[in-house]
Amino acid sequence: MRGEMRHALLVAIVSAIVLAVAPALIGTYTLTLLVIYGILALSLGLIWGFGGILCFGQAAFFGLGAYTYAIAAINIGESTVPFLLGIAIPFLFAAALGAMMFYGRLSDVYLGVITLVVTLLFFRFMNSTAGPEYVIGTARLGGFNGIPGFQTLNVPGDPSGYIFGDAYYYLTAVALLIVYLLVRWLLASPFGRIAMAIRENELRVELLGYDARARKTLLFSIGGAIAGLAGTLYASWAEIVTPGMFSLGQSAEIIIWCIVGGLGTLVGPVIGAMILAYLKFALGQQSVIDNTLVLGAILILCVLLMPRGVVPTLGTELRRSFQRPQTGGTRRRPGASPAERAHV
Amino acid sequence: MDLAAIFAVEILYALASLVVISSGLAVVFGMMRVINLAHGEFMMVGGYATIVAVKSGINIYIAMLIVAPIVVGVLGVIVERLIIRRLYGRLVDTMLATWGLSLLLIGLASMIFGNTTTGISPPIPGFAIGRYQVNGYSFFIILAAVAILVAMFAVLAGTRAGLVARGAMQNPAMASALGYNPERVYMLTFFAGSALAGLAGGLFAPLLGLVPTIGSAYIAKAFITVISGGASVIAGLVSSAVLFGATSQIFTLATTPMVGEIALLLIAVVLLRLLPQGITSRFFRGAM
Repeated sequence: MRGEMRHALLVAIVSAIVLAVAPALIGTYTLTLLVIYGILALSLGLIWGFGGILCFGQAAFFGLGAYTYAIAAINIGESTVPFLLGIAIPFLFAAALGAMMFYGRLSDVYLGVITLVVTLLFFRFMNSTAGPEYVIGTARLGGFNGIPGFQTLNVPGDPSGYIFGDAYYYLTAVALLIVYLLVRWLLASPFGRIAMAIRENELRVELLGYDARARKTLLFSIGGAIAGLAGTLYASWAEIVTPGMFSLGQSAEIIIWCIVGGLGTLVGPVIGAMILAYLKFALGQQSVIDNTLVLGAILILCVLLMPRGVVPTLGTELRRSFQRPQTGGTRRRPGASPAERAHV
Repeated sequence: MDLAAIFAVEILYALASLVVISSGLAVVFGMMRVINLAHGEFMMVGGYATIVAVKSGINIYIAMLIVAPIVVGVLGVIVERLIIRRLYGRLVDTMLATWGLSLLLIGLASMIFGNTTTGISPPIPGFAIGRYQVNGYSFFIILAAVAILVAMFAVLAGTRAGLVARGAMQNPAMASALGYNPERVYMLTFFAGSALAGLAGGLFAPLLGLVPTIGSAYIAKAFITVISGGASVIAGLVSSAVLFGATSQIFTLATTPMVGEIALLLIAVVLLRLLPQGITSRFFRGAM
């Protein structure tokens, strides 16, 4: 465990340096969004890559965090409590949803359908709340137009001390590093070990006396909380929340980031998110080739050619070229285990 | 009385449209255990094929019933050869690759046709039942749904090809020992599923304005219907289409379309929680 944490600290220090230098190359406004997407990708990278839970609706927690923050910020006017609520509400919602699914022993595809449907429910509901009767406290939900004009993040206790621009970028960067270290610590703990064991063979873990259902529910909720954090940060960055955050496209993007970056790693999804989000931003500047087409092509090629993702593939290649040849078991993609084939 | 007739037609139409939308996906999932998340985009391609054919002077029925299925069927075979063939048995990877395919097709369609709505008018005029006006085309969709179900049953249960297909799905090694090539069977099954998606796209082309992103309106419904139906292709499709179609339409008529849609999604969640392997894991077991 100690070795792993030392490795994690090293990664964190390198990332901190990269994040500190990055504003010299890309504007902090864009960078902030990339970092937020990194946190969001980390949430799915945790539950999918290490827990083996493929959630088609990670966008639900992202959007829920953002909406919670926006609604609470309008009602309260100071950002500390809304910020915490923006993490707590998605955590609780994920716990409820996860308990329903995991205690019902739902398997892969069915899990995918339920999470997808829940995301669609949010999307449809939020789109239909344009009327003045949809009010929480003093906040109107606003339907398709979303909620603008709420208090953005401020220095705790000082509602006029807005955090914005470069300062906000550094805040999100620090948040990303803290989340990364916490998740690393979680995975190195006995809880994380058992979560990975459940991914590999749920039945065997249960026979050893662990309650896989409760553990999966907890892991799923932690993923929900991290996605919620990304949502609250996004709300403060964009200064508006819209139902588009719950869309299928948003969910698809999170999954693509993880696949491209590499499952079973934490750095992979973050890098995947940042590269692809930047690529999308850059592609948005031109009109020769459609942006969706490129994303789709990348996803297909990655599934076919690099099913383990860019970071693990590069890692293996690098190790192979630097080290003596050795026999090591390559790690399977959790989504492609034989157990899954047997279940469907 | 008139109102009751209208309600009956509306509910039947809701069931029928679910059957039409989901049949292609049901064939592919039920027979091959492949979930094609590009199903909605296959329908979109079918819709565009219909509209292009009609605009170049082909009769609308030929465009809908022949051109669209063939175009999408051929597209399906290409996709099967290039992508899906490499991913058999890897359910999640297939879903992801076809999701990528769906994005790719949306991108292609918006580059070719632009992000604008195009459409054609329904070939059957509406008529009145008592004081109410009905869309005549609804009856055509209902008829088409019945025809699709009958044809699926006839092919699967009544022909040698259907028998071979079912055999190859159940036990590819045995089928191959008996001299049938499972690869070919998979390819033809995927062709059939894609052609059904194209047919559905053609049938719905006159009803809704067509945009490149229209697939997402279909895919969730089709996905939910097929998964909730469970393993049997036809029995599962019919039972979940009846359940979801009736629920959503009753709620729609009683309140608003939005509530109807939310009711459909909620009942799907509850259903899957109670019957995680779909309706036909419990009821109609062993049906086709």
